[in-house]
Amino acid sequence: MSIRVLAPGWLTSVQDAGRSGHASLGIGVAGAMDPAALRLANALVGNVPDAAGLEMTLRGPRLRFDGGALIAVTGADIEARCGMQPIPLWRPVWIGGGEIDFGAVRRGARVYLAVAGGVDVAPVLGSRSTDVNGALGPFGGRGVVAGDDLPVGTGAVDRRERIVAAIRRKPDPDCSGGHDVATLRWSLDPRTWLDTDPAHPLALLRGAHFDRLDRASRAALFAAEFRIGNESNRVGCRLEKNRLQLAQPLELVSEGVVPGTVQLPPNGDPIALMAEAPTTGGYPRIGHVAAADLPHLAQRRPGDRVRFTETTLEQAQSRLLARERTIAALVQNIHDRLSA
Amino acid sequence: MSAPVIEALGDDALLIRLGAGIDDATNRAALDLAAALRAAGLPGIRDIAPAYASVCLRYDVAAWSAGAASAGAFTQIAARVGTLLDAPPGSNAAPATEEPVEIPVCYGGDCGPDLDAVAAHARLPVEAVVARHAQADYRVAMLGFMPGFPYLLGLDPALCMPRRATPRTRVPSGSVAIGGAQTGIYPRELPGGWQLIGRTPLLLFDASRAEPALLRPGQRVRFREIDAAQFEVASR
Repeated sequence: MSIRVLAPGWLTSVQDAGRSGHASLGIGVAGAMDPAALRLANALVGNVPDAAGLEMTLRGPRLRFDGGALIAVTGADIEARCGMQPIPLWRPVWIGGGEIDFGAVRRGARVYLAVAGGVDVAPVLGSRSTDVNGALGPFGGRGVVAGDDLPVGTGAVDRRERIVAAIRRKPDPDCSGGHDVATLRWSLDPRTWLDTDPAHPLALLRGAHFDRLDRASRAALFAAEFRIGNESNRVGCRLEKNRLQLAQPLELVSEGVVPGTVQLPPNGDPIALMAEAPTTGGYPRIGHVAAADLPHLAQRRPGDRVRFTETTLEQAQSRLLARERTIAALVQNIHDRLSA
Repeated sequence: MSAPVIEALGDDALLIRLGAGIDDATNRAALDLAAALRAAGLPGIRDIAPAYASVCLRYDVAAWSAGAASAGAFTQIAARVGTLLDAPPGSNAAPATEEPVEIPVCYGGDCGPDLDAVAAHARLPVEAVVARHAQADYRVAMLGFMPGFPYLLGLDPALCMPRRATPRTRVPSGSVAIGGAQTGIYPRELPGGWQLIGRTPLLLFDASRAEPALLRPGQRVRFREIDAAQFEVASR
């Protein structure tokens, strides 16, 4: 089974849980910008957590499946259709083949498509994630283009068959536009996983150079409302409308940076580094977006607003652990419900 | 060198800072520490990367939160890393006896459009700039910015030159460049603001190779001048 890309959308790329262990060669993590959404999509189709899927950005692709497939779509809110039949999000969907047309993202920025068996392109340095900025990964590190074929893996067939059987036993009567699409009358609640409300601040830790900001900038970082800049991408999210400045110029040697690090370049607009963060950077590090909230920042699109609230390391780590436990419990719940 | 400092880099990474400058001794200490961390085989470590004067460690918070009643993950991992800092320094990641990697470079012309500007800035004849650049011994301090991009220590101070006021949108793959006191080599076509003095036909990074990066942290490097015809032949 394979998936043919008929139209790529704005930026659609193969992503998994990211690439680790090669930072000393200048190779960053990449992987899904909203890893929780990809992981839940994988769980919904019976895949292992780090199976590769597709990440779509703002406008989705048109894809042709040359056979039946069990899929799940999570992340941002998008309209997806197989023929005339809308594809419901956040639940396992069986399609008998044919085309899926993803439209424009209605809310959020990034949508994930998991397919049972995973997108089975050859791993590069241990990962199937696409590092667009580093030009590394499937398709030489680029997003997919029309004509690309995405092979689908053949693993986890038993789990897939059990989920398909569960759908056949109790199909959602509202999704019966044709025999080609079937799903359950049950889905995950996306509200926990897609939060784009500008009134909900994202947790931010102080960075090593926070104290080097001038007084007004220190206050503004945790009080002001920033606008997501148009130049934002998988490398960094530009935080505009409130330029910050240091009290004194600061000369730094390049040091390690990671996804979540908020740097302050000379123009004063902070940049939150995202999945494709380079491994080193030489700008002042004024903050770090808490790992539990980074997926929420990944779902803000250019023009969206964002605020930050200060958090401590202990608080951020407990929230991260709590979120991991929530995901693990949900994955178990999905498994019990669908493949038992 | 100042006393090492371990600081959080967000909630799932940390930096061990061994100094604040670009110098050989501090960088060697960073490379040694990275090697010692690797050898220690600590659990729940996602990545270890040395830089000029520091080592970056990404870790799995859950793996370091076992028995979390007493101390948080950062406290636990920082304590464990601290014991490695107290241990006597081990052997260098790349011993000084290792043969340098030779990088052929075509200086000037189309390969190095900024060579004349560097010579003017250094108040040296172009030939002297080339000779000084090609005669020096270099060591890879770190890789960063892009997969396989090496930052080299050992540039003749007379050749230091600030970055261009306006970065180029396209710097060709293999360009040998000077940015301040640093010299490096572009592993592929990229935007960049460094002064381009030459170009090597070698491919510094290729993910399909068994060793994707031609150069690793700690490796010694020498440049050898080739002419434009040799560059053309080697580039084919």
